Amino acid sequence: MDVLTLSRIQFAATISFHYIYPPLSIGLGVMLVIFEALWLQTKNPLYHQLARFWTRVFALTFAIGVATGIVMEFEFGTNWATYSRYVGDVFGSALAAEGIFAFFLESGFLAILLFGWDKVGRKLHFFATCMVCLGAHFSAIWIVVANSWMQTPAGFHIVGEGLKARAEITNFWEMVFNPSSMDRLFHTLCGAWQAGAFLVVSVSAWYLLKKRHLEFARASLRVGLVVGMIASLLQLVSGHESAQGVARNQPAKLAAFEGLYETTTNAPLTLFGWVDEKNERVTGLAMPGLLSWLAYGDAKQRVTGLREFKPEDRPPVAWSFLFFHGMVAIGFGMILVSALGFLDFWRGSLFDKRWMLWLLVLTVLGPQLANQAGWFAAEVGRQPWIVQGLMRTPDGLSAVVKANTVLASLILFTLIYFLLFAVFVYLLNDKIQHGPDDADLTPSGKLALPERRQS
Amino acid sequence: MNFGNLDLHTTWFILIGVLFTGYAMLDGFDLGVGALHLFTKEDQERRTMLNAIGPVWDGNEVWLVTGGGALFAAFPNVYAAVFSGFYLAFVLLLVALIFRAVAIEFRSKQPMRWWRQMWDVGFAGGSILSSLLIGVAMGNIAWGIPIDARGEYAGTFLGLLRPYPLLLGVTTVALFMMHGAIYALMKTDGALHDKLRGWINNCIIFFIICYAVTTMATLLYVPHMAARMRANPWLFSIALLNMLAIANIPREIHHGRDWRAFVSSCVAMVALMGLFGLEMYPNLILSNPDPANSLTIHNAASSEKTLGIMLTIALTGVPLVLAYTVSIYWIFRGKVKLDRMSY
Repeated sequence: MDVLTLSRIQFAATISFHYIYPPLSIGLGVMLVIFEALWLQTKNPLYHQLARFWTRVFALTFAIGVATGIVMEFEFGTNWATYSRYVGDVFGSALAAEGIFAFFLESGFLAILLFGWDKVGRKLHFFATCMVCLGAHFSAIWIVVANSWMQTPAGFHIVGEGLKARAEITNFWEMVFNPSSMDRLFHTLCGAWQAGAFLVVSVSAWYLLKKRHLEFARASLRVGLVVGMIASLLQLVSGHESAQGVARNQPAKLAAFEGLYETTTNAPLTLFGWVDEKNERVTGLAMPGLLSWLAYGDAKQRVTGLREFKPEDRPPVAWSFLFFHGMVAIGFGMILVSALGFLDFWRGSLFDKRWMLWLLVLTVLGPQLANQAGWFAAEVGRQPWIVQGLMRTPDGLSAVVKANTVLASLILFTLIYFLLFAVFVYLLNDKIQHGPDDADLTPSGKLALPERRQS
Repeated sequence: MNFGNLDLHTTWFILIGVLFTGYAMLDGFDLGVGALHLFTKEDQERRTMLNAIGPVWDGNEVWLVTGGGALFAAFPNVYAAVFSGFYLAFVLLLVALIFRAVAIEFRSKQPMRWWRQMWDVGFAGGSILSSLLIGVAMGNIAWGIPIDARGEYAGTFLGLLRPYPLLLGVTTVALFMMHGAIYALMKTDGALHDKLRGWINNCIIFFIICYAVTTMATLLYVPHMAARMRANPWLFSIALLNMLAIANIPREIHHGRDWRAFVSSCVAMVALMGLFGLEMYPNLILSNPDPANSLTIHNAASSEKTLGIMLTIALTGVPLVLAYTVSIYWIFRGKVKLDRMSY
């Protein structure tokens, strides 16, 4: 294999593995804030126990997220040096802002969140939890801004020619609020909230099935289901807005998502199906006019098809279609399952419905798979560009890196990440089997002091 | 923000120096604690060592991440040339950093002996290898690396492992070990503290030998550095400050003033990095053998506008970061006590 293929595989593999964890940090961060707020409000030690248990799970995901995150920052330079030179002026500043505003905040207050329970008062601890959660959200903001700039570049101009050409910022805020960044940020965050909420739902449902820690599991499930359902519904809104943005800004990508070859009014939306790229045909169940209506709010609108683009400017259609449709299908599935689960919970019949509980146990996979599929759709759909319309992916490679070097690092990362994943699953399972700590029902140290004496 | 006629290129040269110096001072001690980890034998002692850095190592590592991001943003040509040129070395550095990070988190999660030993080795090995590679990278920057007319690294991986960079690598391990030992001294009490007090002299001696050899090698074999010193005799005052700070460490340790020894060690690092920066300026990467291809603060930088925006970001963010970092160190001051939350 050549350097290009290997570098692309390596980036895809390392970012996919990394992206298991940040959504959990963001989503569990929100859950921790809620649990701790409930504890402060109700003074019910059960919520203290909840916060403590989920903090331990949070710590585990956070550590791997940090360790695999540094790899990403390095890889822009190691494998994509020409790209880095080209975009450094724009992309680099977003990355540096991420370090200063997000990572310091997150990791600094993490110390208090994890180790400060007995050392600081309730309010300060709650503040630290909020800051960790905020830091996690900030990290999403800056990296999504940077990636969105690659999808819909704005606020820049090109200086120099040939190998010396590069993008330079002309307007920082136009760069930050480029046409796709806010929609995609909202979409990414909803996905992260789902990831955190449904991990909580899944573990709680499992305890209920096994008739363990019942009181803990009920409280945990209630909060998880509410957050998960709200996030799933918001995801519908954010997904719709993102897709409309793609229709406006990246028509080739939208056409690939939907396997639309012919430019047409009343464009159909394929609900289920597959793409035959060779014969440029889509087989499956389609609703006429729905794509036009979804993309532009009017079934009569014209949607651009792939034939408008030269073959070398088209994304890989079958893959884009598959990832996009996979994501959408899971997204609707999550809404359905969380709504059914919530309905049963509300009626009080959930705890006897074992099949429903089993379904809830499985929901942890939904957001994870949809997040992966969504990012694959976003990145594969942008091809053949590394920066939409400006630089093609092969032109971004490092000039001095050889194929066998990348092969060596790819093998190394693959082995290490398999090991890490195995250990992660083992330890997570261990924590879940161990369950909440009864000692956490009695807050100790400064937390145990009556409210009045808090500083 | 409008910075008038401020020399933004030089400002960012200094700021990136500050970020990497902050990294050396902070992550330096937890890498050093890692390097010493296997010398402690009992489980309780190892846990105490881990928990001495427990709440802070993660934040310390962010200095490297932010330094890398700032380099990417301010001097993208340097970021691109170094990261692609040092490909294998940096992949090894990543592997080392991954192992030590997860080892800290995983180690005490299971009671089995083999489990703990495995992660102990991961933590110590990862810490030593990261320190070594950081030093080797610094050594190559100091010595100069072959850069071609396109601004790309024109050497090989083995070309990075010459004697001088390797010497600087070992010196960095020694420096971090000493720094980490002093930090551990401040955070421990009882038998472990007494044990560390016994080791610390060896750490200091090891470092001073490395330091002396490196200084001589620099003066003898790195002509551009020596020439810069002769041309600007005032640089000797920084070298002198550095030597005094290092000499002060055993003195403070002897009097049991660990905190002051730690400050001395930090001052020594600042002086070393300052000297390094002043000798490099305005080069970021010196091209050796062809100095004409060097990457400087001018030909490798982002646009004035971006440097200005980044400075605004830094001036907003850094005071906040410093404020809460100091508060967090304050909250976790004092000797380590193992409890339910500990690693």
